[in-house]
Amino acid sequence: MSFFFEVLIGGLLSGVMYSLVALGFVLIYKASGVFNFAQGAMVFFAALTFVGFLEMGVWFWFAFALTLGAMVVLGLATERIVLRPLVNQPQISLFMATIGLTFVLEGLAQLLWGSQPHGLDIGIQDEPLGWISDATGMNISKFDLAAAGIAAALVTSLALFFSRTRIGRALRAVADDHQAALAVGIPLQQIWGIVWTVAGFVALVAGMLWGARNGVQFALTFLALKALPVLILGGFESIPGAIVGGLIIGASEKLAEVYLGPYVGGGIEGWFPYVLALLFLLVRPEGLFGEKHIDRV
Amino acid sequence: MTATTRRAGDVILKLDNISLSFGGVKALTDISFDVREHEVRAIIGPNGAGKSSMLNVINGVYHPQAGTITFRGEVRRDMNPHRAAASGIARTFQNIALFRGMSVLDNIMTGRNLKMKAHFLEQAIWFGRARREELEHRAKVEEIIDFLEIQHIRKTPVGRLPYGLQKRVELARALAAEPSMLLLDEPMAGMNVEEKQDMCRFVLDVNEQYGTTIVLIEHDMGVVMDISDRVVVLDYGKKIGDGTPDEVRSNKTVIDAYLGVAH
Amino acid sequence: MLYREAGQFKASYAEDQQIFAIRQDRIAVGALLVFAFVVVPLVANQYWLSAILTPLLIFALAAIGLNILTGYAGQLSLGTAAFMAVGAFAAYNFVLRVPGIPILVAFVLAGICAALVGILFGLPSLRIKGFYLAVATLAAQFFVVWALTKFGWFSNNSSSGVISAQKIEILGYTVDTPAGKYLFTLTIVAVLALAAKNLVRSSTGRAWMAVRDMDVAASVIGIRLMQTKLSAFAISSAYCGVAGALYAFAYLGTVEPEGFNLDMSFRVLFMVIIGGVGSILGSFLGAAFIVLLPIFLNTAAPLIEHGLGLQMPPGFMSNLELIVFGALIVFFLAVEPHGLARLWQIGKEKLRLWPFPH
Repeated sequence: MSFFFEVLIGGLLSGVMYSLVALGFVLIYKASGVFNFAQGAMVFFAALTFVGFLEMGVWFWFAFALTLGAMVVLGLATERIVLRPLVNQPQISLFMATIGLTFVLEGLAQLLWGSQPHGLDIGIQDEPLGWISDATGMNISKFDLAAAGIAAALVTSLALFFSRTRIGRALRAVADDHQAALAVGIPLQQIWGIVWTVAGFVALVAGMLWGARNGVQFALTFLALKALPVLILGGFESIPGAIVGGLIIGASEKLAEVYLGPYVGGGIEGWFPYVLALLFLLVRPEGLFGEKHIDRV
Repeated sequence: MTATTRRAGDVILKLDNISLSFGGVKALTDISFDVREHEVRAIIGPNGAGKSSMLNVINGVYHPQAGTITFRGEVRRDMNPHRAAASGIARTFQNIALFRGMSVLDNIMTGRNLKMKAHFLEQAIWFGRARREELEHRAKVEEIIDFLEIQHIRKTPVGRLPYGLQKRVELARALAAEPSMLLLDEPMAGMNVEEKQDMCRFVLDVNEQYGTTIVLIEHDMGVVMDISDRVVVLDYGKKIGDGTPDEVRSNKTVIDAYLGVAH
Repeated sequence: MLYREAGQFKASYAEDQQIFAIRQDRIAVGALLVFAFVVVPLVANQYWLSAILTPLLIFALAAIGLNILTGYAGQLSLGTAAFMAVGAFAAYNFVLRVPGIPILVAFVLAGICAALVGILFGLPSLRIKGFYLAVATLAAQFFVVWALTKFGWFSNNSSSGVISAQKIEILGYTVDTPAGKYLFTLTIVAVLALAAKNLVRSSTGRAWMAVRDMDVAASVIGIRLMQTKLSAFAISSAYCGVAGALYAFAYLGTVEPEGFNLDMSFRVLFMVIIGGVGSILGSFLGAAFIVLLPIFLNTAAPLIEHGLGLQMPPGFMSNLELIVFGALIVFFLAVEPHGLARLWQIGKEKLRLWPFPH
């Protein structure tokens, strides 16, 4: 039983990290109705840039600030070059445009910093916490716990930002209807700029945590693919949905791999979340926390 | 052209005690009325009275929680869009619902899809029945194009047409199905006087030439009183009046609903 | 002045409904077919035939498949490569396990297998739309590749699922030269492209487009949404399946499931976007563009390098390729959503009027 809990908790903790990536998607979707497939590439770009600065000998927090600056520039450029020409286009076009953006970011990141994998040390060790092991016999990683803490803090502050500030309210108005928001005088471009900046920040944090854990390498871009089933479960517009969805996906994929995997030859982590999300969709198409839309005819 | 020259036949559509709600919002409450064959039946009422919902119930886009729909003797709890179309009910929408990526001709041809029987493999090789059908139905569609006087735009993508013409193409698409009953949701909304006159003429011509039963939602009272045989009045999802234009015009409740009552 | 339709009157609807209603177009298409079937095999060298033209045609077929689903029926799919993989492995297994089966029969059956898988993964489209559906098709992408790798039966128990496609034999004649494989591919692609064109201009295609443009209105006309969406999934997947079979049999010879990865799905999607969403011609243009662009870049790069005296870092070209592809996608979506096919059409309109401006 203790093994079961160990797998479960390990899964939940990595689920928090999925949530972190999913959060970037939700932010941009909420504010601009854009399903940003490039979020994974942004994580990769941020992590690679950060490591690049560190390896040049830049002080940790200075490198952090520089990378954040780069993400802001990137966000603003995306708004200017990709989103603005596509205002009022169908959502699906915007989605495909972000697939294009994914390719640009991946190419650009590797062009600037090379394509070899890097190690990243952010000062937290990926080792079991001694006192938990002693008390319960379960191995819970210190790193996972710290990452979960950081993610939780980030999520809370973003939730507050969205619900309590004037910008947050404007964001929600923009999400609802671009044109109506423009009509009441909300500066659309500025709002989008802010949102992409925040998404860039989230990507940087996710990139640092994931990079420290698994190394900074191209595989980071696949994180986006991990986050998609999370979004389907949680609904595209819900921050709590991203959190709960991440936890469910993280836990169930680890449990499935351990308990179901051996029967079918293993390696089911790649598709299991998708099939789970798909089955879920058939029951509840709007996601756990998504709003149900009534089509008026 | 007056209403008296037309002959209304038997009741073909009968709605009994229809109630419809979305979540907690009641759109229709306990509504009953009937439609006779060949007549022009108008549904009027202030905005939000439930007129469009009524049409959506008749052709199965919405499913009422209570009541029955009897069409040509068959009693049902609700309709579904395919069954409604297959039994000869066609309609237009309040907000134009054309297929924007297609040409006028293709839009109207789509109205005849139900009548096309060729298998997709036959269509893939464009041979035999598939080719024959395309030609036959094209000829039929051209008749409708002539009837509605839209020959000059037949190859134009509908998205490029002005509003009035789009409405006409939508009517053409509905007519292409050769319906026995036509549901028109504000066919003249947003038109100028001339366009309205054209549209009135088309509606009446359809009714007279093909004997098509017409159920019509319209805000222009002049038009409604001129062309319809009988009128149903809805207000806040309830029926408050039913009868000939003259009867409805003198109905106290209806006058109150439209002009407001002093409380 | 050559491209005028003046004096060509259409006296019947049959004439008006031809695919190429203008005489000059018919002549041009005829010439193109003669060129592709006769001249190319005679003059093209082995590199052009087997490394460029054959894959170009195969990808054009896959792009037609995706275009049917995404361009005509409006259902975005990111799982194209998975359906190609199903086709490739199905064809391999039919030839392997059914002695004496004609290759074309195996291809047809492979197409049907892909269609069935397509229907299975198309079922969510009945409840969900847009990018929810796109994410659902990713399930197909990952699941199919995983299943083909994990279950040895599919690859006749070879390691990591690698299969070597059998020889193509038609009526006892073995097709093994580059020119032969090219002609084999060209024939299948030409026939299927014509069939696709016929489908999209008949009631099936109109039903797809109606569902794409406004599903409520379509259902009110009597179009069954379920049947229409699933038929688009089935036919689209069948096309991709045949493309996949050709990919294994006429192009690479040896393929593994991992080869049909998400990247490949994206490539086909890019062909559709750049070529033209909702256009059969566009599928060919897009495939040509995406297949030829890297070759062009790789040819041009050394020249530029030499000319400027620069030394490019390793991996430069592949990264540049990513950037160029991505940028082009954004560019086309923003500037010309109907892609090269539309540019081609505009060019033709201009040519009709030339040399007069209006």
